[in-house]
Amino acid sequence: MEKFSTHTGIGVPLRQSNVDTDQIIPAVYLKRITRTGFEDALFSSWRKNPEFILNQEPFNRGSVLVAGADFATGSSREHAVWALKDYGFKAVLSSRFADIFRGNSGKQGLIAAELAQDDIELIWKILENAPGTEVTVDLETKLVTAESLVVPFHIDDYTRWRLLEGLDDIGLTLRNEPDITAFEATRPVIKPTTLPAKV
Amino acid sequence: MSEPTTPHTVDDAAVEETAAQVAKIAPRRAAKTLAEKVWRDHVVRLGEGEGDAAQPDLLYIDLHLIHEVTSPQAFEGLRLAGRPLRRPDLTIATEDHNTPTLAIDKPIADLTSRTQIMTLRNNCAEFGVRLHSLGDAEQGIVHVVGPQLGLTQPGMTVVCGDSHTSTHGAVGALAFGIGTSEVEHVMATQTLPLKPFRTMAINVEGTLRPGVSSKDIILAIIAKIGTGGGQGYVLEYRGSAIRALSMDARMTICNMSIEAGARAGMIAPDETTFAYLKGRPHAPEGAQWDEAVQYWTSLRTEDDAEFDTEVFLDANTLEPFVTWGTNPGQGVSLSGSVPFPEDFGDENAKAAAERALAYMDLEAGTPMKDIRVDTVFLGSCTNSRVEDLRAAADIIRGREKDPNIRMLVVPGSARVRLEAEAEGLDQVFLDFGAEWRFAGCSMCLGMNPDQLEPGERCASTSNRNFEGRQGKGGRTHLVSPVVAAATAVRGTLSSPSDLEPAGTRSATSFVA
Repeated sequence: MEKFSTHTGIGVPLRQSNVDTDQIIPAVYLKRITRTGFEDALFSSWRKNPEFILNQEPFNRGSVLVAGADFATGSSREHAVWALKDYGFKAVLSSRFADIFRGNSGKQGLIAAELAQDDIELIWKILENAPGTEVTVDLETKLVTAESLVVPFHIDDYTRWRLLEGLDDIGLTLRNEPDITAFEATRPVIKPTTLPAKV
Repeated sequence: MSEPTTPHTVDDAAVEETAAQVAKIAPRRAAKTLAEKVWRDHVVRLGEGEGDAAQPDLLYIDLHLIHEVTSPQAFEGLRLAGRPLRRPDLTIATEDHNTPTLAIDKPIADLTSRTQIMTLRNNCAEFGVRLHSLGDAEQGIVHVVGPQLGLTQPGMTVVCGDSHTSTHGAVGALAFGIGTSEVEHVMATQTLPLKPFRTMAINVEGTLRPGVSSKDIILAIIAKIGTGGGQGYVLEYRGSAIRALSMDARMTICNMSIEAGARAGMIAPDETTFAYLKGRPHAPEGAQWDEAVQYWTSLRTEDDAEFDTEVFLDANTLEPFVTWGTNPGQGVSLSGSVPFPEDFGDENAKAAAERALAYMDLEAGTPMKDIRVDTVFLGSCTNSRVEDLRAAADIIRGREKDPNIRMLVVPGSARVRLEAEAEGLDQVFLDFGAEWRFAGCSMCLGMNPDQLEPGERCASTSNRNFEGRQGKGGRTHLVSPVVAAATAVRGTLSSPSDLEPAGTRSATSFVA
């Protein structure tokens, strides 16, 4: 995974709460077996509407999505993160994220930055008054900057450290492989196994 | 970044020594609730530090369920890194999301679906994973198959690349959905690094009235706490109304924990749980059964335990519940009306309601029971078990379907389908004019050909009413199986109590 420290890019105000995973990427796109190439799938249903924010200059070049509360509720599909990344988003700002999406983002180097709803409202106003305003998301200082507004965001410290260092989770875990083997030796025999199959 | 591991082996001689090691490396946090106890018993390595700065705990995973949609990229990741799948014997796969529910003996018509299914078959063969393919008697929706085989048991940690993994919490397992990166992580290490969840008690006391079911309980809870209310929590459903529920009904509740924002929902194992598990293919037997029951019994939340949050719901006054909007929190009693956006205090909630009404083509103030539907879908990991089918069949037996309604009945697994057929339920549905399909996720998310047409309105026993979820432009009302059945009779959203007495073909017993 690439290291992340700070990103500056055009902010996109998505003034809507409960943007669910089926809107971010409809199920029909989940049939693919690759991890990339999902840029066409992002918000594919909404993008058919010419009024949709990503169909407007300069927001179509945006890389910081500023969304309403409860972003990415619903499915566990990591495809939602892949689609946002493939489109060019580096960070999503919201006052509340679905747990699984936030976890998936952390694995893929997409910043899910949690801000106070009041601060989200202020950023929306800035982006609507001056389309094309760049937003800076600084992972070192945990601050978001838009014009003269500087507000803090929250991200889990462990996730932040991993993103700053660009560390891969599986590699980190395998450093503790002896612990896993030791634990396995103590697992009760009453625990079921899938093999051999019984039906 | 790390070297590939050698395949897993257990050296008996090392057991004693390693047990001592584990005691040293995995100190125990105080654990008083069911969720905390299960967590405690799976800590491979305790994260250092406290609060926000804490490292995650490394948690052992007892069972990994796999399906075709969220696994191909994970298998590919293993292959690229040269890593083995650590515990094929704790892994099981089934085909469900993409599979057709008609003509399952023919090649899958949709090429991308077929490729995805073939990819799963090849991956399972290569990595030695047990797979129940289309046509196999144990094929079906992953969350129906696991409990049915007795593979999900109390006190286990269960994960799957699917958010409705919370279903398995009904047996007292800590079960939650994960993304594809985590799927790969579990394949490679049989563990996950996780921060402890907070705990929330959902207390449901009282007795459900006839025609009211566990689906109504969970829809009412989601309407109460919202789609983000459970975020960061494990829910524990408690109280007399929960204890009175069957296992199938408990699974419906735990299934939709994710719709309240919680990754997991649990119910303490009790006699109902043990009776359900006894004799299932992978349940313990003989002396091991007794040992297991003793352990399972110890898992219940202690009387002096404190939850981070508590929620209360009165079962006595609960009515059949139905959604009017485009997220599962936008629900109302079936006897109520479509709400007015201005009644929502918060500006964002008001805007969301306006948007939902426009998408759903509904006018505020319309009685819910005046809403005419086109399709009734009885199925999904929420409500496709044999009791769900039985409850719906009991409503429609001896009655006639509204001629304009299309009704799809999709059993959750091939095994459920066989059980239902042995009871003659298939004939009840067919006589009524419903379609009797093969098992799978089907119209819950419309990855296969079972989809709504644009503008079509559906009363669905599934779990999500998101825009376009069941087909582009489709409109979804979430309902219980008996409300789905009553709706198919009347053509408008209806509760069983709205129906005229059944015809003379057979006596109707009333099952909630």
